[in-house]
Amino acid sequence: MKENLYKYILGIADNSLILGQRMGELCGHGPSLETDIACTNLSLDLFGQVRSCYQYAAKILGDDRTEDDIAMLRKERDYLNVLLVEQPNRDFAYVIGRQFLFDVYHHLFLTELQKSKDLTLAAIANKSIKEVSYHLRFSSDWVKRLGDGTEESHARMQEAIDGLWTYTDELFHQTEADKEMVAEGIGVDVTKLKETYYNNVAGVLTEATLQVPELKYFQKGGKQGIHTEHLGYLLAELQYMQRAYPNMEW
Amino acid sequence: MSEEQIKNLEEQFEARILRDDKIEPKDWMPEKYRQTHIRQISQHAHSEIVGMLPEGNWITRAPSLRRKVALLAKVQDEGGHGLYLYSAAETLGISRDEMFEQLHTGKAKYSSIFNYPALTWADMGAIGWLVDGAAIINQVALCGTSYGPYARAMVRICKEESFHQRQGYEIMLKLSQGTQEQRDMAQDALNRFWWPALMMFGPKDEDSPHTAQSMKWKLKRKTNDDLRQQFIDQTVPQAELIGLTVPDPDLKWNEERQSYDFGEIDWDEFWQVVKGHGPCNKERMDARVNAWEGGAWVRDAAMAYADKKQERKAKQAI
Repeated sequence: MKENLYKYILGIADNSLILGQRMGELCGHGPSLETDIACTNLSLDLFGQVRSCYQYAAKILGDDRTEDDIAMLRKERDYLNVLLVEQPNRDFAYVIGRQFLFDVYHHLFLTELQKSKDLTLAAIANKSIKEVSYHLRFSSDWVKRLGDGTEESHARMQEAIDGLWTYTDELFHQTEADKEMVAEGIGVDVTKLKETYYNNVAGVLTEATLQVPELKYFQKGGKQGIHTEHLGYLLAELQYMQRAYPNMEW
Repeated sequence: MSEEQIKNLEEQFEARILRDDKIEPKDWMPEKYRQTHIRQISQHAHSEIVGMLPEGNWITRAPSLRRKVALLAKVQDEGGHGLYLYSAAETLGISRDEMFEQLHTGKAKYSSIFNYPALTWADMGAIGWLVDGAAIINQVALCGTSYGPYARAMVRICKEESFHQRQGYEIMLKLSQGTQEQRDMAQDALNRFWWPALMMFGPKDEDSPHTAQSMKWKLKRKTNDDLRQQFIDQTVPQAELIGLTVPDPDLKWNEERQSYDFGEIDWDEFWQVVKGHGPCNKERMDARVNAWEGGAWVRDAAMAYADKKQERKAKQAI
């Protein structure tokens, strides 16, 4: 149970860690000052959530590992985030598309996690959902703006949604840790979120005058630590200081 | 307006400034006052957003989650400062797009300090401690400046900057308490940022052509050399406290002046960087121009969407 709870928390935290890192890359390079600040803000919220989760994970481990050891000193195959969040910032449409496709899930997930029998997770969910409600509004609004903006923005937004769609199904896959946590009343049964997720996503895409992709082939593996090639580079930056200067305090 | 009427307005204007009244956007002001303020406020705004780049460059590599969160928050604050300052400048009749245009073509300047590279984590400490520290000294003086929107923006900005300065110093403190490697990293950052930080106060008073007019309008309350001296006197003991050495062999306490004497600043380097030939001038401008040009389609989309929404609303109203 302890091992599964630990893995379960990593699954939640790694999604936010990797997405936060991606959003952090944009700082100072956004298409306008307002969007730049907003993206930094999303990154900041996600890292805040991540810290609460890893601190809890460190407590469960009960040895001398810290939140930073867990966040920054695992090997690539030990990160359990979904493939969606590690996809690169190809352009602003991809940034928004990735954020939106994750936010719809994240919001549904946290809504359920608030009911967890694990009071720490329920409290983290309760705190995070306020921030994530804002993320969802921000990304949904931008999907609409870009989808229903100019011809170019429409084409780019459609391309991003089409390109990222293949990573959405994985959000609803259950790992062994998931199944046990659901049975214990701690975890969220993600399979039950799927229908609402695709309905909500379709609602926004339709309003944004975008096509809902009809793709039938999906990628998976992130939850088992089998990632896309992009993750290694992201981790190289994330881990640089901890690897180059081991066992130091900052 | 006759010449006499203008002269009359100018006299009233100068009298208001003497009385410490704030000048507000709709008040009459001499054209030179307007232009000088646009120049200075936009330069300040540009410094905030160009200043996001050297630090933004370390967000993905911050050594701990706590530091990452603090750095993100700091860089976000700088973006926010940019926003209020651009808004303050807009009250003088220039648009943000025009100001960006001036930045991108090199017509408008920004603080030269951001043309130095941020090479190690300790640079995040040195920038917070020295660069924000020097900025505060400049800006505290501006909280009482005559132009209302600028003075009010400064009050808010100063509060946040002093937090950034403490945060930067705390990074240096932690390094100085760390391993030899960490102490070396801190010393190296101080070595590289000390002189550029002193240059942030601008040329020597005798080489500063705008000082007299700016003092009169309270756009400057103290001269460049006075502010620089204040910074040195305040910062040297802070460096000593954490066991770092200020890289100036001529630095010496002067009992009579109750101030530090210090070595000659390399003014050739100062002018080289101001004229656009510093280590990172090109990278910084490329980053800004790329963000702006690369983001044009996004801004166009937002405008187009807003127009469509407006149209739909108008149709519904009918």
